[in-house]
Order: sequence, then C-alpha cells, then structure tokens
Amino acid sequence: MDRVPILKIGDILLVSIQIDMEDQVALQLQEDLAERIVATGSHGVIIDISALDIVDSFVGRTLATIASISRVLDAETVVVGMRPAVAITLVELGLSLPGIRTALNVELGMELLARTRTEAEGDSDPEEEAETPAVPAS
Amino acid sequence: MNHRSERIEVASDQDVVRVRQLVRTVAVAVKLSLVDQTKLVTAASELARNTLVYGGGGSVEISRVDNGRRQGIRIVFADRGPGIADLELALTDGYTTGGGLGLGLSGARRLVDEFDIETAVGQGTSITVTKWCR
Repeated sequence: MDRVPILKIGDILLVSIQIDMEDQVALQLQEDLAERIVATGSHGVIIDISALDIVDSFVGRTLATIASISRVLDAETVVVGMRPAVAITLVELGLSLPGIRTALNVELGMELLARTRTEAEGDSDPEEEAETPAVPAS
Repeated sequence: MNHRSERIEVASDQDVVRVRQLVRTVAVAVKLSLVDQTKLVTAASELARNTLVYGGGGSVEISRVDNGRRQGIRIVFADRGPGIADLELALTDGYTTGGGLGLGLSGARRLVDEFDIETAVGQGTSITVTKWCR
C-alpha cells in the first residue's frame, strides 16, 4: 500500500498528497499525522492538495477529521492548493469543509499558521500583545 | 448508439481508484470541460464506493454515448447487494447507514445530468448516470 510522506519543516508538518489515494491510504495518513504531531510537538499542519484532481466525500471527511484531531493535539491544520474545479465540485456535492482553514498555496498557508500562532500566544500574554502593532505594516 | 464500453469489477478500494482513472480518461476523450470532468469523476467515485461498501462489490460499466446532437458518457453501477428499502430517504442529504456523511448518493445526483436508480430489496441496485458535453 502507498503511504503519503509527512515532512517536518521547522515547527510545521507538511503533507503533499501526490497520488490518487485509496481510502485505506487516507485513513493511514490520518493515523500517521496524529503520531507525528505528538512525536514532533508541531503546532501546524499544511496539507497540499494541489495535485488532487478530485476530492470526494471520503477524502473531504478525512481532511475534516485530520483538522479536528490536530486541533485536539494543539496543532492547526491548513489545507492548501485546492484546484478551482475541485472547489466548485465540492460545494455542489454538498461538502463545504466546515472547520477547515484553507489557503491558496503553501506559502500563504505558512503565513496563516504563523499569524494564528502569534495571535494565540498574544491571547495568553496581554503585555506582548500590546507591543504588537494593531495594523501589520505592509 | 452505444460504442466502446469498458467494464471494471469493483471488489476493493483499488478498484474504486481504477474506476476514477478510467472515467477521467473517457471524460477527456469525449471532451467534457474540466469542471464537468471533475464533477463526473467525483460522482463516479461516490457511486463506485457505494457499490463496494453497501452493495458488497459489483461492476461499473463506462460507455461513450451520442444522442445525435451531443456526446456524453454513461456509467452504470450495478451490485447484487441488499438493495435500498427507502429510496427517498437514501437520496436525502445527510442520511447514511454506513457512518459516512450521507452525501454520496444525493451529492452524486447533483453532479450529473441524468440519474436513474433501480433497486429491489434483496436483489441489488443499479444506478445509471449520464453527463453530456455542453
């Protein structure tokens, strides 16, 4: 059985799905990722689906489950790279992926995770939050 | 009017992947638009999985069709499983007996142009879908 590789980049786990997954492969990824989050203490997961030409309800549900499991393990999940035709089809199928954060590509996904983490740390430390400018300089 | 049909026996996860790939190949050959290809392959994935999970396996037959004006693809998913007792309920969004999301049947119907279902309790289910080029 094929296995989807999980790469650790700094504080983030990156999963790039490059194959048409059998259902069992998707379930295996769910387990592998949970173990890697705990083993590495990563706070963010990026799942790149830019190579997937379809996302059906099974894969959609697996992505949602991965996001929920990650959250329980103190990691945020961002799904990136969804193709336009996949997005159109998913919505028509009736799957809007509630609870899943998305970004257009890996770079934007990493930015989103970094921002989320900063905000979360700011919440627990009001002094640090005060030092952060309200409007990010762009 | 049918020409060139191909048949895949569905008995495992791997066969569901093969169905997706073959439907994609035929959809490209018939020149469906990218969005329509994606919709059809997604619908086929849902229905082939149903054939496997609920029907206990079965067959999928994919053929090119032509109604004189347009080309299209017709796919028949057939199993000899338990059949569907309450069809209206089974076609409702969110209804599932298998622990899934309950979007397979109702969602697949929205993704194709024609959707016909024949089912008899204890005898099996046969679903025929068609997608036409625009």
